[in-house]
Amino acid sequence: MAELLQHLVNGLVLGGTYALLGIGLTLIFGLMNVVNFAHGEFYTLGAYATFAALGLAGAHFFVAVLAAIACGTALGALCELVLLRPLRAESIDTTMLVMIGVWIAMQNGELLIWGGVAKSIPHPFPTAPLVLGPVSIAPLRVFVLVLAAGLIVTAYLLIHTTRLGTAMRATFQDRDTAALMGVRIGRMHTATFAFGSGLAAAAGALLGPVFLAYPSMGDLASLKAFSVVILGGLGNLPGATLGGLLLGVAEEFGAGYVSSGYRDAVGFVIIIVVLLFRPAGLFARSERIG
Amino acid sequence: MGAEIARDWINARGGVDGRKVELRIEDNKSDPKEAASAAEKLIVRDQVPAIMGAWGSSMTLAAMPKLEEYGVPMVVETSSAATITKRGNPWIFRISPPSEMEALGLEQYVDRLGVRRADFLAVNTDWGRGAISAFGDMLKKKGVAVGAAEYMEQAATDMNAQLTKIKGTGGDTLFLTTAVEQITLVMKQAQEQRLERKIVTTGGSSSPTQLIKQAGAAAEGSYHIVFFMPWFPEAMPDGKLARAFVDEWGKRGHPFEGLTEGFRGHDGIATIAEAIRVAGRDEPKAVRDALWRVSLVGVNGPIKFEKDGPAGKESGQSKPSIFVVQIRDGKVALPDFLAKK
Repeated sequence: MAELLQHLVNGLVLGGTYALLGIGLTLIFGLMNVVNFAHGEFYTLGAYATFAALGLAGAHFFVAVLAAIACGTALGALCELVLLRPLRAESIDTTMLVMIGVWIAMQNGELLIWGGVAKSIPHPFPTAPLVLGPVSIAPLRVFVLVLAAGLIVTAYLLIHTTRLGTAMRATFQDRDTAALMGVRIGRMHTATFAFGSGLAAAAGALLGPVFLAYPSMGDLASLKAFSVVILGGLGNLPGATLGGLLLGVAEEFGAGYVSSGYRDAVGFVIIIVVLLFRPAGLFARSERIG
Repeated sequence: MGAEIARDWINARGGVDGRKVELRIEDNKSDPKEAASAAEKLIVRDQVPAIMGAWGSSMTLAAMPKLEEYGVPMVVETSSAATITKRGNPWIFRISPPSEMEALGLEQYVDRLGVRRADFLAVNTDWGRGAISAFGDMLKKKGVAVGAAEYMEQAATDMNAQLTKIKGTGGDTLFLTTAVEQITLVMKQAQEQRLERKIVTTGGSSSPTQLIKQAGAAAEGSYHIVFFMPWFPEAMPDGKLARAFVDEWGKRGHPFEGLTEGFRGHDGIATIAEAIRVAGRDEPKAVRDALWRVSLVGVNGPIKFEKDGPAGKESGQSKPSIFVVQIRDGKVALPDFLAKK
C-alpha cells in the first residue's frame, strides 16, 4: 500500500512535468499546425538560460526562471518572424523540415557553448524530502508542480477568456474571416509561437534543477510533448494537461508493476489504443464538418 | 582527448618507425546504425590500419560485422558487454574489462563491503543487461541474496518508479550501472525517496569527481568501481606514467572529471601504435597478428591479449586492473578496508 501511494505520487509529479511540456506544443502544433521538432530545444534553452542567469549573472533563482522564460519567448518570436513567416503559404512538410533544422542547429549550438558535460542547476529549496506518512517528495518537486498548475491555468485563461486569445483561436480556425474581422494575422502567428516557446522554456527552467541540463535533454522532452499532445487532442489545453498526467501515471505503474524495461512502451501502447479508438485524441470535441 | 595525448607523445618520440600517428575521428552519435556506417567510412574512405572504439557496447556490437567484412582490427577501449569477445570475431581486441571480469575483481571485497541483499538498477542496453547478469552470478555464488533487477532507458531522467520498487525489497546494497548523468539523477532521486542503501557503481564510467559536484550530499558514501584513479595516480601500476598523464590532461585544460574516461583513449592508441611497431608495417592484417604479441603498460596497467571466445576465431581480451574508491566527506578516497592495508 505504501508502495502504491508512492508510485501514485511519483506518477502525478512526473505527469505534471509532461503536462507542462505538452501545453506549449499543443498551441504551436495544435493551433498553428507547425510540427515543431524544436520544441524540446526551447525546453533545453530554458534550462541553460536559468543556469547562465544563476551562475554567470548571479541572479536570484526566481529572477533566473523569469529571465529564462523571457529568453524563450523572445527567441520563439524571432524564430517565427525570420523562419516561419516567409513560409506561411507553404505546406506543413516544409515548415516541419525547417523546424528539424532549427532543432539540429540549436542542439549543436548548445553543445558548442556549454560542452557535453551535464550541468547541475542550483536551487534554493532544501534537498531533504517532505515526508507524509509512507510517501516522500522533494520540496522542489512540489514547487514545480504548483507552478506548472499555475502556468497551465494562466495559459487556459489567456486563450479562452481574453481578446488576444479569441483572436488567436479565430486566426487558426479561419484565417481569411479573422483577417476580415480586423485581426492582425501576422501578429497572432508570432504571439502564439512565442507564447508556446515561452512555455517550453518555463518547463526547462523548472525541470532543469530537478534533473540536469545537457544538450540532448530536449530530445526526450520533445518525444513526451508530442505524445501528450496527441493523447489530449491537438490544441486542447485541458486535454494536454490530463494527457500528461495520464501518461505519467501510466509509465509509473507500468514500471512499478509490469517491468521497468518496458516503461516507455506502456505509454506508447496507451497512445496507440487511444489513436485506434479516438483518433482525434482523448479529450477532443467532435469535429465540425464542412 | 586521451587519444590525442597518446598521439602527441608517440609523435614527440619520433612516431612509429619514423612515421607519425594520425587520428581519424568519426562520431557514432551513440546510435548502433551510425556506428556501423562510421566504421565502414573509416575503413573504406580513410583506409585506417586499425580502429579504436566504441564507447557503448551496442555500438561496438553493431560495428563488429564490418571489421570481419573488411578485415580490419578494432581495439575496444570501453565497451564491457561480455558478448563482444564471445562472438567469434577474430578482429576484436579488448583492453577494457567485460562485466564478468569486473565482477570477479569485486568478489574479494564483497564481504568487507557488507553486501548481503543486493538490488540492481541498470541502463537498458547490452552493457547494463550484461552487468546485471555478471554481478548477479558473482553475488549469488558468494551467498548474497539478489532482489530486484530494474532497468531504465538511456535517456530517461525520472527513475522514481524503479527506486520505489527497489525500496520495497529491503536490500542493503544497490548496484548501479549506467553513465554518470544518470547516476547523478538516480542518487538525487534515491535521496528524495529516502532510499538508504550502499550504492556501488560499476563500469568505471561513474566519474566520482563529477558526482561530488553534481549530486552533492546524495553521493556521500557511495562506492565506485574504476579502472583509473587520477586522485592518487601514484597508486596505479605505473605511477610515473599515470602522473604524467594526469598532468598533461590538466595542462591541456581538459576537465579533471574526464580523466576516468580519458585514460582509455590513451591506452587504446598506445596499444595500436605498439602493434604497428611490432608488425613493422601498417597493413590491417599484419597489425591484427601483431596485436597478439604486444605487451605494454598503459595508464590502467599491463596490456596483453589472451584468447577469448569460440576456438579458432578467438577475440583478444586483456586483463585490466580494477580498483574501488569511495566518496567520503565530499572527497574521493580509498575505502576504509583498502586504506588500512
